Amino acid sequence: MVVFQMVWKVIGKNKIPTLIQELNKEYEVFTPVKKENLVFFERVSSGNEAFLDFQNTKKSPKEVFFPQTEILFTYEINKQGVEIEKAPVLKRDIVLLGIRPCDAKGFLLLDKFFSSGEYKDLYYLEKRRNTTIIGLACNRPLSTCFCTSMGGAPFGKEGMDLLLQDINDKYLIETVTERGEKLIKKLPWLKDAENGDIDKVRSLSRNVEKAIKSKVSVEGVSKKLDGMFDNKQWDLIHEKCLGCGVCTYLCPTCCCFDILDEATTKWKRVRIWDSCQFSCFTLQGSGYNPRPSGKERMRQRIMHKFNYFPKNYGENFCVGCGRCVQECPVNFDIREVVEAISTDIWREKDE
Amino acid sequence: MNNPYIPNPTVIRRITTENDANDIKTFELVFTDPEALKNFRYRCGQFAEISVFGAGECPIGIASSPTDQGYIQFTVKKVGVVTTALHNSEEGTIIGVRGPFGNGFPLEAMEGRNVVIIGGGFAFTTLRSLTNFILHKTNRDRFKDLTVIYGARNPGELIYKYDLKTWGQRDDIDLNVTIDQAVPGWTGLVGFVPAVVKEVAPSSDNAIAIICGPPIMIKFTMPVVSELGFSPDETFLSLEMRMKCGIGKCGRCNIGNKFVCKDGPVFTFKELQMMPKEH
Ligand SMILES: Cc1cc2nc3c(=O)[nH]c(=O)nc-3n(C[C@H](O)[C@H](O)[C@H](O)COP(=O)(O)OP(=O)(O)OC[C@H]3O[C@@H](n4cnc5c(N)ncnc54)[C@H](O)[C@@H]3O)c2cc1C
Ligand code: SF4
Ligand code: SF4
Ligand code: SF4
Ligand code: FES
Repeated sequence: MVVFQMVWKVIGKNKIPTLIQELNKEYEVFTPVKKENLVFFERVSSGNEAFLDFQNTKKSPKEVFFPQTEILFTYEINKQGVEIEKAPVLKRDIVLLGIRPCDAKGFLLLDKFFSSGEYKDLYYLEKRRNTTIIGLACNRPLSTCFCTSMGGAPFGKEGMDLLLQDINDKYLIETVTERGEKLIKKLPWLKDAENGDIDKVRSLSRNVEKAIKSKVSVEGVSKKLDGMFDNKQWDLIHEKCLGCGVCTYLCPTCCCFDILDEATTKWKRVRIWDSCQFSCFTLQGSGYNPRPSGKERMRQRIMHKFNYFPKNYGENFCVGCGRCVQECPVNFDIREVVEAISTDIWREKDE
Repeated sequence: MNNPYIPNPTVIRRITTENDANDIKTFELVFTDPEALKNFRYRCGQFAEISVFGAGECPIGIASSPTDQGYIQFTVKKVGVVTTALHNSEEGTIIGVRGPFGNGFPLEAMEGRNVVIIGGGFAFTTLRSLTNFILHKTNRDRFKDLTVIYGARNPGELIYKYDLKTWGQRDDIDLNVTIDQAVPGWTGLVGFVPAVVKEVAPSSDNAIAIICGPPIMIKFTMPVVSELGFSPDETFLSLEMRMKCGIGKCGRCNIGNKFVCKDGPVFTFKELQMMPKEH
């Protein structure tokens, strides 16, 4: 463990544009932006674009490191043959500002996945390793937020380098890592926080945490799912699902992708987000599909999040951000599924 | 660190049409960069991601044997965008290759043992690699009796006829080639693979079985193989799933918590019995 001075700074809300402006000189700065009623993360070039007054962003920040479409390399086919040009992954270091604690936790899970095994995913890791995360604690959780059930908290610091905590017209900035401290040192104009303010956020954090009413008993679910692959409930729960894939696209941890070639002026090999909720995801050339219906595809999503991933990495692959619940067009609620498994309702119904 | 998504360029040196329907061809590729050739050290049963530039990429089993020096071969059936583009390519075309990927066949476990190879349809490609590897003069002594059972719909659909011919002339391989239904002029075995396995009844004594074929063939062959006494942990199956990245990242080829591309494609029957039935 590196020991460093835990510092608390303070910044007026009206100074956020100035902060971003200054960071912009050295970093690629990504913040939430509001466009057409959507809040999502984008590279900003001026301080005024940042939009921090949201409950949670509709799209998760995963696209900063794992874009919906990403060029793996470009190539040209000419008389000499084929010339491959590697895509530059990173122009400058990144500052990612304004992500919620659940999403920061999501990155820790993605880190595990993309850095595991014999082959590392350099496209994700390059960007991720060179990023400073300035998180934003939640004062107004949504009714669908269940981070506290998934080991997180509305003021959680896990995965953050710095954490902004909102008290009225200013943010307290808590330093969480050495990387965060380094960034703070580049901003000497930030004022020190006062003890009174620190006490204020501490009590705020407790109150907000208590205000999260959505609870799911997730303990033991992973183990229970071991014997539930053939449970009859899978036949029922998928029925209303349209297979639209929204739940996986918006999820901060879902990271399945397809690879294809596209031509513009040059050929590009790109990877694009994909989803296990689509029937063609596993369709084979012979016409055979090991996941032929919504049943198998829904089971894959639940199993991956609460059984397969925990088996491989020791943690659930869900951080309780609630996006899949909030945005599902047919109100499919993953919390209900987890709860039913946890309380043995599935097992009993199957008997 | 190497970027596993970047293919190495190779050139198509030779194209062989394998079947009467003319939709299965073998492509012989040579690396343009000697360094890339050196790095492409593979085992029988592994696969590679093949790039047809201007079309895309797809996983294909390696059909040549590591004993084949200086080139690699892939036998490809025309089914969609990439495989059609490959079929339309001519000798001299640049093709990208990344890999080798997957675990491959358990060669170490097979040493000193009798080997029974069972294959159906055009999935025979990596089994052909294995057969040629075992039959190679530098390897033949390391393995005991070799039995190969291979079936296709009709004689015109049998691939590697040139290999089947050479193998048939050797006395150190028990070769059993079958077609689904009798046709005039065919003097070999007739019947589906499971029935022929039963008929040939290879002994399971000190033996390992290696099986690859369409799901329906596997389904009906497994009971026969078990009945012959092959234990589940000495029966190996090579699976096919839809794949894209080949390295355990794109997320589409999992069976339970295993990824067929990196934890497979070869699994023991015992392992498969413990995995969810979703392949
Ligand atoms: C480990 C492994 C080894 C293989 N070895 C061989 C081989 O030796 N010879 C051979 O001819 N084929 C092999 N295949 C199958 C081959 O990968 C597919 O036929 C090929 O990807 C189809 O690509 P396409 O672009 O031509 O088809 P597309 O235009 O993409 O699709 C045509 C059809 O093929 C299906 N498909 C697409 N991609 C795949 C895929 N990766 N796997 C299975 N089905 C797919 C689609 O769902 C669609 O139904 C292997 C597959 C795997 C996973
Ligand atoms: S968002 Fe809802 S309808 Fe769409 S795939 Fe997910 S569960 Fe199904
Ligand atoms: S599964 Fe749903 S609640 Fe869990 S992290 Fe993904 S989107 Fe959020
Ligand atoms: S739930 Fe589905 S889309 Fe999401 S990561 Fe798992 S397999 Fe991929
Ligand atoms: S092919 Fe991508 S995970 Fe297996």
